[in-house]
Amino acid sequence: MKRDYLFALALALSAPLAHAGEAPPVAADPALEKRVMALSHELRCLVCQNQTIADSNASLAVDLRNEVREKMREGQSNQQIIDYLTARYGDFVLYRPPIKLTTMILWFGPVLLLLWGLYSLFRRLRDRNATPVAPLSDEERRRAAALLAEGDGARK
Amino acid sequence: MAEQQTQRKSALRFAVPLGIFFALVILLGVGLTLNPREVPSPLINKPAPQFQLPQLHEPGKTFSPQEMAGKVWMFNVWASWCVSCREEHPVLMELARQNIVPIYGLDYKDQRADGMKWLAQFGNPYLLSAFDADGRVGIDYGVYGVPETYVIDKRGVIRYKRIGVVTRELLRDTIIPLVKELERET
Repeated sequence: MKRDYLFALALALSAPLAHAGEAPPVAADPALEKRVMALSHELRCLVCQNQTIADSNASLAVDLRNEVREKMREGQSNQQIIDYLTARYGDFVLYRPPIKLTTMILWFGPVLLLLWGLYSLFRRLRDRNATPVAPLSDEERRRAAALLAEGDGARK
Repeated sequence: MAEQQTQRKSALRFAVPLGIFFALVILLGVGLTLNPREVPSPLINKPAPQFQLPQLHEPGKTFSPQEMAGKVWMFNVWASWCVSCREEHPVLMELARQNIVPIYGLDYKDQRADGMKWLAQFGNPYLLSAFDADGRVGIDYGVYGVPETYVIDKRGVIRYKRIGVVTRELLRDTIIPLVKELERET
């Protein structure tokens, strides 16, 4: 009898422990949470600059995620939220910088470098093939023949 | 003639990569001296975001930037948990004593008791501090590294922003001349 009480008590006490391992639900609405995380992966955490606010646990990142969540609940579009954040933190908050006059080198520099590299490679190869091979002099011819004969002799 | 040409070619063969190398060294060298945390704020020359927050010392009263219309003022974001704020604090105390510009504080993501204790311990350079418990106003002001300081003009436009500690040199060379210039604006 006493044992049963103890068992019931232990069971009752362990109930909250069973939940302890699970993360608390961040939003009741999983679809909303999915949208929040998708956009969070596009936004830079300004405290830990090489992480997105989705990856970072810095308190600013948590705050920004909450801000994004709140704005989505209010029915704002992704673009509206991005505009809101870039108005405050600048383009730096975006992981993918926008294509603007000031970011041209960033976006097209690598392609230009590749094209330049290919061009100089082709030019070099063409020049090499175009260079005529100088004909051998009689002296060189004799030396070549002697070397070849020597090689034949060694093999036999 | 041909020999001269090949000589010039081989000289170029060394000079070009060497030139590119030095250009890269200079580029990276300059990059090292820049502070990646100093992100240029897009808020400069934009109206200071509006808010209404309870005051730190008197929770019943509120503070809103609108009350500062017609004045040049300084808005300093601080917190009791912020280590760099301790470094900045004596500089702000000096500025407050000089009566050059009114300083208002934003106690950012702090505990009320901690913030009040901090000011009692180190002195209070602020006419008052607004209390931003959840940091929402901070986000509106693009705050990401406390301390941050704004200079706001008579029309309520942000004219200057400093991310990080305000030093004596910065006050002398940049902030105070700017405040004086803004005072002359109508």
